[in-house]
Amino acid sequence: MATTLLQTEGLTKRFGHFVALDNVSVGFREGELAAVIGPNGAGKSTFFNVLSGSFPPTAGRLTFEGRDISGLPQHAFTRCGIAKSFQITNVFPNLPALENVRIAVQARYARLNIWTPRRKLTEVIDDAAALMEATGILPHARRTASSLAHGEQRALEIAMALASNPRLLLLDEPTAGMSPEETRAMMDLIARLARERTIILVEHKMKLVMGLCQRLIVLHHGQLLAVGTPEEIRAHPSVRRVYLGQRH
Amino acid sequence: MMAFGQTRKTLDASSTPGVWTPVNAFLKNNKALAAIVFLSIFPFLMPYEALAVKILVFGLYALGFNLLFGYTGMLSFGHAAFLGAGAYGAGMVIVHLRAPFLLAIAGGVSLAALVAVVMGLLSIRTRGIYFSMVTLALSQCIYYLIYNAESWTGGENGLRGINISTVGLLGIQINFLDPILRYYVIFVFVALALWFLARILASPFGAVLEAIRENEKRAAACGYNVASAKLLSFVLSGAFCGLAGALWAVHLSVVPIETVYYLTSGEAVIMCLLGGMGTYFGPFVGAAIYLLFEDVLTLQTSHWQLYLGILFVLCVLFFPRGVWGSLTDWTSRR
Repeated sequence: MATTLLQTEGLTKRFGHFVALDNVSVGFREGELAAVIGPNGAGKSTFFNVLSGSFPPTAGRLTFEGRDISGLPQHAFTRCGIAKSFQITNVFPNLPALENVRIAVQARYARLNIWTPRRKLTEVIDDAAALMEATGILPHARRTASSLAHGEQRALEIAMALASNPRLLLLDEPTAGMSPEETRAMMDLIARLARERTIILVEHKMKLVMGLCQRLIVLHHGQLLAVGTPEEIRAHPSVRRVYLGQRH
Repeated sequence: MMAFGQTRKTLDASSTPGVWTPVNAFLKNNKALAAIVFLSIFPFLMPYEALAVKILVFGLYALGFNLLFGYTGMLSFGHAAFLGAGAYGAGMVIVHLRAPFLLAIAGGVSLAALVAVVMGLLSIRTRGIYFSMVTLALSQCIYYLIYNAESWTGGENGLRGINISTVGLLGIQINFLDPILRYYVIFVFVALALWFLARILASPFGAVLEAIRENEKRAAACGYNVASAKLLSFVLSGAFCGLAGALWAVHLSVVPIETVYYLTSGEAVIMCLLGGMGTYFGPFVGAAIYLLFEDVLTLQTSHWQLYLGILFVLCVLFFPRGVWGSLTDWTSRR
C-alpha cells in the first residue's frame, strides 16, 4: 500500500458569497497519476490553485507528507516539493528558452547571490539543458520563449516545473489549445514523467485522462462527486448524469 | 547520458555572425570595463569639466534607478529621496561632524540605503501604478521632513558649507578644487559602482530580477521569494542613487532642497527612457543627452523644457528601446 503524499481535509474556498470549493476531502498516493475532472465551473481550477499554493483555502487543511502546508506562500510550496504548470502559458516571454529553464533550476542553487557570475554555475546550465532534452525542446534553447510554438511553450513550462525536482507535479489542463499531434506528444511526455513521480492533472477532456490515469477525482459544483478508477467512474451513475450525459 | 559540456558550447555559439558581432561580444562580456574606459576620457569630450561631472553623477543616478525600473520592472516615482538622502547624508557628516571625505560618502550611501529599506518595506507589496504612487508619496514625506529639519539640513535654503579642498585617497592628498582632478576623484567612485552593478546584473540574483520583471507569478512558482528579492533590488537601487547624491553634494559644496523634490525623480525616469531602460549603459547615455540638451538650450531660451519634451515624446514613439537600446539592437542585427 503506497503512502499518502498529499491530503486535503474539508478544503473550502469562498470568493465573497460564492462557494467555489465545498468541503473537499481527498488523498493522493505517492507515485500515482491522478486526474481531477468535472464540467465547466466545477471548481477544478480553484482546487488546483489551492493545491499548488496560489491562494490559501478559506477553511480546511492541506497536508503534504504529513506536514500542514495550508496558507504557506507560493515559493514555500515549491521549496517543499510541489511544482506546477499553469493553465495559461506562463513563462518569461522575453528571455531565451534556455534562460527560462536555467532560472527555474537556479532556484535550487542560488537565490539571492549578488556576486558570483551566473555562467560560473555550470551545473545549473547542465541541469537546464538536460531538462530541455528530456522534454524535447533542446533544439529551441536559444530562441526567445515568446517565439516558440504553443506546444513548445507548454513543454518549456513543464521543463520549468520539473526544475525544482518536485515529488509532486501539478498540471493545469496541460493540453489546452493544442493540436491533436501536440496533444499526443504531451500525453506521451506525461506518461513518461509519471514513472518517476506523483502527478495530478486537472483536465477538461474526459477521454484523454481515461486512458492515462490510474485514478480520477470528479468535482461538481465545488463538491467531491466521485473518486475511483476510470472504470468505476465510467460506471458511476451520478457522474454519468452530470458529466458523460453532456457530449464530451 | 550525453555530454552537456558539449551542449553548452553549441548553446553559446552565435547563430549568424555579422560585422558587429566581435564588438558586441566584447561589449557584452566586458560591459563595466568598456564603460569605465569611455568615462575616463569623457571630460575631454565635454565643453567644460563641471558638465562632465554633472553627467557622471546623474548618469550614476539614472543607472541606480534603472536597476529597479529596467531590470526589476518596478517604476518608482520617488528616487529623488535616495539622491537627496545621499546628498544630505554626506553633507551633514561634513558640516556637522567635520568628518573626512570617505566617511562622508559612506554616511551618504548608508543613509540612502536606510531610507530605501523603510520606503521599500512600505511599498513593495503594491504593484504597477500603486507602487509608483506610494513611492511618490513617501519621497514627498522625505522632502517635507528635510524641509522642516532646518537646523540640520538648512531647510529651504539648502545645506551650505560642504567645503572640501583636499581628498585623501589611498594615502595621496588630491587637490579637490582642481576641476579635472575633481572629475577623476568622483570617477573612481562611479567606476567602482559600475563594476559592482555589472556583477549584480551577471549574478544569479540579476537573473531573478529579470524573472520578476518578466513574470512575477512564475518567479514565485520557481521557488523565489519575490518580496525579498524586490526589497533587495530596491535597497541596492537606493544605495547607488545615494552614492550619486553624496558625490553631487561634495561636488556642488551645497545641497539645494530641489535635490529631493519630486521633479528630480522625474528626471531619472526621463534619462532612463531616453537612453534605454533595461540596458547597462543606456541610463548614462540618457543622462548625457538630457544634460547636454539643457546646457545648450538654456543659453538660447528659457523654455528649454518644451524642446526637451518634444525630444522625449519623439524618442518614446520612435525609439521605445531608447537611444542606446536601439543602437545595440541595430548593431546586433548587422
